[in-house]
Amino acid sequence: MALFMLPLKEKVFINLYLILNLSMNKYILPCFVGIFMICNVHSQDPDLEASIERGSEIYTDFCVTCHKGNGEGVAFTYPPLAMSDYLMGNREKSIRGIKYGQRGELVVNGVTYNNIMDPLGLEDDEIADVMNFILNSWGNSSDEMVTVEEVTIITD
Amino acid sequence: MKKSILYLYLFVVTLNYSCAQDAENKVTTPENIAFSAELLIDELQIPWGMAFLPDGSMLITEKSGTIINFKNGIKTTISNVPAVYTRGQGGLLDIVLHPDYSNNGWIYFTYASEDGDEKGGHTALMRAKLKDGALYDNELLYKAGPNTTKGQHFGSRIVFDNDGYLYFSIGERGARDVNPQDITKDGGKIYRLYDDGRIPEDNPFVGQEGAKTAVYSYGHRNPQGLVKHPETGEIWDHEHGPKGGDEINIVKKGANYGWPLITYGINYSGTPITDKTEMEGMEQPIHYWVPSIAPSGMAFVTSDKYQGWKGSLLVGSLSFQYLERLTLNGNKVINREKLLSDMGRVRDVRQGPDGFIYVAIEGKGIYKLVPNS
Repeated sequence: MALFMLPLKEKVFINLYLILNLSMNKYILPCFVGIFMICNVHSQDPDLEASIERGSEIYTDFCVTCHKGNGEGVAFTYPPLAMSDYLMGNREKSIRGIKYGQRGELVVNGVTYNNIMDPLGLEDDEIADVMNFILNSWGNSSDEMVTVEEVTIITD
Repeated sequence: MKKSILYLYLFVVTLNYSCAQDAENKVTTPENIAFSAELLIDELQIPWGMAFLPDGSMLITEKSGTIINFKNGIKTTISNVPAVYTRGQGGLLDIVLHPDYSNNGWIYFTYASEDGDEKGGHTALMRAKLKDGALYDNELLYKAGPNTTKGQHFGSRIVFDNDGYLYFSIGERGARDVNPQDITKDGGKIYRLYDDGRIPEDNPFVGQEGAKTAVYSYGHRNPQGLVKHPETGEIWDHEHGPKGGDEINIVKKGANYGWPLITYGINYSGTPITDKTEMEGMEQPIHYWVPSIAPSGMAFVTSDKYQGWKGSLLVGSLSFQYLERLTLNGNKVINREKLLSDMGRVRDVRQGPDGFIYVAIEGKGIYKLVPNS
């Protein structure tokens, strides 16, 4: 009898039984976990995924020395990007800061920073990529992808 | 109970001995500051290097690509400066005068340059003379290649030794597994040239097939401090580590400083780079910093202007934004002191011909340390 023809109660039971049985094999469970994770990643926009991937490389090359490996920054010196109210609430200003540099006072999560970020010399597509990376890392999450066009129209 | 106290004691003792540099890695703030910092030149963005001309004026490189002459309180922008590749850490970098400048007029500077066929940039060394606010007789002495669009680790500092050789540094350009350990590739090296750019015949890799024969030492990460020891005449460098593991090294001919095979640092993400801090055939630093201070600029104090400072080494900190004074006993760091706290990213420090200390701070300008009378 095919599984789909069974009443719901039996279906759940058989499913649980199968999972339990298969879990006995130590190789099967990680396999399921792996498949589950892959499915989850692919449920996001593949363009956004690719942009985030490219952005992580830009981050390593241009940002990590000050904003650090987990986006935590340096207390009172370089503002955090992880769970940053400024970054998550000021999309346009954040893009402008990366594109043209940042100078003067900036309040992030209640702390006032007064420092300089030199213009980084990044191309517009690289700025979009690194924005997508920082908007979707270390607990940050943003559904709306930053596009190259969005970066291009922002002026000093 | 007694036993557990004993174990605890042994544990603490073992822990202490396992930290090779326990004392040195604690930086102290002095109670009495014997000087005041006077802002000599204001409104600079990223003053990267400084040189003192015989007429009492100063040359300052701005990372963005301009050379400024500061004379009698007035800033003049020098013309005919080469095009500079400003991306990430790249830009106009160090500037020094020839030891015999008053006779030959040569000024040397390093910068990130797009010269070459590939997209991107790499570090270049140029010399030129200065007249009426303009550079002339510009000579490109070295251009590293191939270009890359990577944003990090251009170096660079320049210094002359007592025999007139010119040394300059280039960082590994973000290719740590490719460049620093390979003497046929540029980057992650300290180079040695004659003052006119020719390669000395006795450079360590002359005659080796494919070698970059200007290379003097290798296995460096990103040296942004290079000075001559006032007594021994040796060349000392400091270089940025990753997360932890900034180093001070004494530069030796043909020596390998180990990056990235040995390091006291880890990846920015917190994962290890290697489990080794030393290896046969590789040099040990005379000092390392954990956590990283991000050192830039370096100067030995040789004047008597500041009480108790003679013989110490001054180093700028970019990440913690202060000036560090290291007291030395021979080649050993015995004390670290924090000066100019929270004034900004210290990019360069020099002792002027007048014996005073000058400090370049990003977003501010050039400060002169004036001893309290």
